[in-house]
Amino acid sequence: MLLYDQRYRSITIQIFALFLLMLGAAWLIDNVISNLRLLGRTFSFNFLSQTSGYDINQRPIEYDSTMTHGRAALVGFLNTIILAIMGCALATVLGVLAGVLRLSNNWIISRLVTFYVEIFRNIPTLIWILIFGAVMAESMPAPSAFRGDDATSSMIFDAIAITNRGVYVPAVLFVTDLGYLTLGPVAPSLNWLLVIAVIVASLFANKALITHATRVQNATGIRPKTWWKSILILLVPVGAVFIALGAYLEYPELRGFNFAGGVHLRNSFLAMWLGLGIYTGAFIAEIVRGGILAISKGQTEAAFALGLQPGKTMRLVILPQAMRVIIPPLISQYLNLTKNTSLGLAVGYMDLRSTLGGITINQPGRELEGMLLLMAIYLAISLTISGLMNVYNSRVKLKER
Amino acid sequence: MNKSVFLGTLAATALVAGLAQAQTTLETVKNRGELVCGSNTGQAGFGAPDANGVWQGFDVGFCRALAAAVLSDPNAVTFVPLTSQTRFSALASGEIDVLSRNTTWTFTRDVDLNFTFVGTNYYDGQGFMVNRELGVSSALELDGATVCIETGTTTELNLADYFRVNGMSYEPVPVDTAAEAQQQYLAGACDVYTTDISALASSRAAFAEPGDHVILPEVVSKEPLGPVVRHGDDNWADIVQWTLFALIAAEELGITSANLEELKAGSNNPEINRILGNDGGFGEMLGLDNEWAARAIAAVGNYGELFSTTIGDQTPIGLARGLNAQWTQGGLLYAPPFR
Repeated sequence: MLLYDQRYRSITIQIFALFLLMLGAAWLIDNVISNLRLLGRTFSFNFLSQTSGYDINQRPIEYDSTMTHGRAALVGFLNTIILAIMGCALATVLGVLAGVLRLSNNWIISRLVTFYVEIFRNIPTLIWILIFGAVMAESMPAPSAFRGDDATSSMIFDAIAITNRGVYVPAVLFVTDLGYLTLGPVAPSLNWLLVIAVIVASLFANKALITHATRVQNATGIRPKTWWKSILILLVPVGAVFIALGAYLEYPELRGFNFAGGVHLRNSFLAMWLGLGIYTGAFIAEIVRGGILAISKGQTEAAFALGLQPGKTMRLVILPQAMRVIIPPLISQYLNLTKNTSLGLAVGYMDLRSTLGGITINQPGRELEGMLLLMAIYLAISLTISGLMNVYNSRVKLKER
Repeated sequence: MNKSVFLGTLAATALVAGLAQAQTTLETVKNRGELVCGSNTGQAGFGAPDANGVWQGFDVGFCRALAAAVLSDPNAVTFVPLTSQTRFSALASGEIDVLSRNTTWTFTRDVDLNFTFVGTNYYDGQGFMVNRELGVSSALELDGATVCIETGTTTELNLADYFRVNGMSYEPVPVDTAAEAQQQYLAGACDVYTTDISALASSRAAFAEPGDHVILPEVVSKEPLGPVVRHGDDNWADIVQWTLFALIAAEELGITSANLEELKAGSNNPEINRILGNDGGFGEMLGLDNEWAARAIAAVGNYGELFSTTIGDQTPIGLARGLNAQWTQGGLLYAPPFR
């Protein structure tokens, strides 16, 4: 009756399917529990509070080998986040540029960009990462080549050293130290928090200025000049903070085996950043191109008829409409890039996969717990990105009333 | 219909899983007709395929001896190349029967990971290799150096300890396999390559210019390397353990692959008779036949022969016996009596 009566059929089938699903899950879980018992293993996350015993080269927060596995996992997590943010930024810039340029009327430019897109899109990202890693390690000079009177290599502008161990760039340091903000496990520098706060405030002030200009334009038909005000608002406060805190550049210099001082961008980081950024950029280029082509030619013609220049047509008419086509697939690309950071182990980038999912799993031998935790963290990162981007999407999408 | 198929599959899967678990490792190996041995991904002298794709080496030789003892065929072995990160999962999950891949015997691996280290087939220690051009003569001069290190190994932990204890800093370059470490080291992306001294010697032998690289005198750790099996199947652990002891005892008692046939006919040394199966019925106690040890020795020779043909002085690896000499020669090799 339940199966043949149209009123209940779908409910019956759904309940049955749910039942089967739960049965399957229960069987899997039971299997894990009984197999663990058979091996004499317990299920516990205690290893996170044990001493890790290993060192990590790229440390955004304080860490050494006497700290815990949990702390090592946090370092890896931050490295993953740093790489994901930098990679997404590079991919977006490259992708938007390439996407727009591929539509260019200039034959050479559009063909060059097509070449970039097709080459990078059609070769696996891991291979690009390995290529960039190998190029850095094999063809750049060793730090010893910078030594002595007959040095065969020299630093660019006496500030940037490109070696086979990575690129050393000057670091910004402050004379006045405001100390650190203690936030549980991490302690960001108050100096940098202040700089970021000032930049954010400047951006808001600039936005207010532009809103005001638009209002004046709507009321009077004449748009007040804003460019010099924008530059002042964006640059002066930040500059003032840097001067007040006594910012100076610390240049890398050769000391012992390696360069010391400055910021060390390791081979592993550069290989991952370039590999992921340029690879994903090729996909984003296609998404942007598709988004622009989705806007009917009538829009461009209408804008030209109103006397708008091509640049303004793109910025004011085409791109705002293209955004609602571009954003949803763009979210997927950001998620892809973030998950692809887990390829870091291939070049020894110490991300979450290499610390928690690699060494930490291996040293205390907690594969199941480590993998579950790893999955949960990647899931949380991905859902966060997806959620944030969906908020943005709902702001730019076509408002239907 | 669908339901019954699903439940039937479920029941069958559970049954198969149950059956698989009920088998001992020895039965599994015998039914398969093949030993599955976890090996290095490629470490010249210890475990690497030769030009014909046949696995050769010191650790590989042990697996061949074991296969000869259990299955009467030294070639009935499948070698599964494992990185330092994947080896323990492979063993715990039953993917391999025995792990013979320069694995250090430590407390947590033995106790917490639920493995059984059956013995030590190579007493090693961690060392450092640098390019001669650097002019470094001691590991204590390595402050600030960039160090290539295989992740997921005990050497990684020893390295951190050694530099911390001596108040030196270093920049680790983590790599996944020995081959990758060698590539980075030769490219100059790291100043120092650190791992077990035996593996350093093996790597150096494969370099284009071995003479350009020095292994520093410091030995910073104890690394007893040996075959590993899972906890819980003591009979299998005994077979693996006594196969190792048989090879060691054979050297001590002067049984070689050359005089094996002669001694098998009978000897006036009762211990040789017991090892070679003329007396005592030891093979049957293990669940094998009495010729097991004779076959193992016939396959790869005794410990000393295996050592000298794979990693000894006469080979490109050129390792001295050192700690790995018999206890009668001032080394640490000491097989319990066959009695």
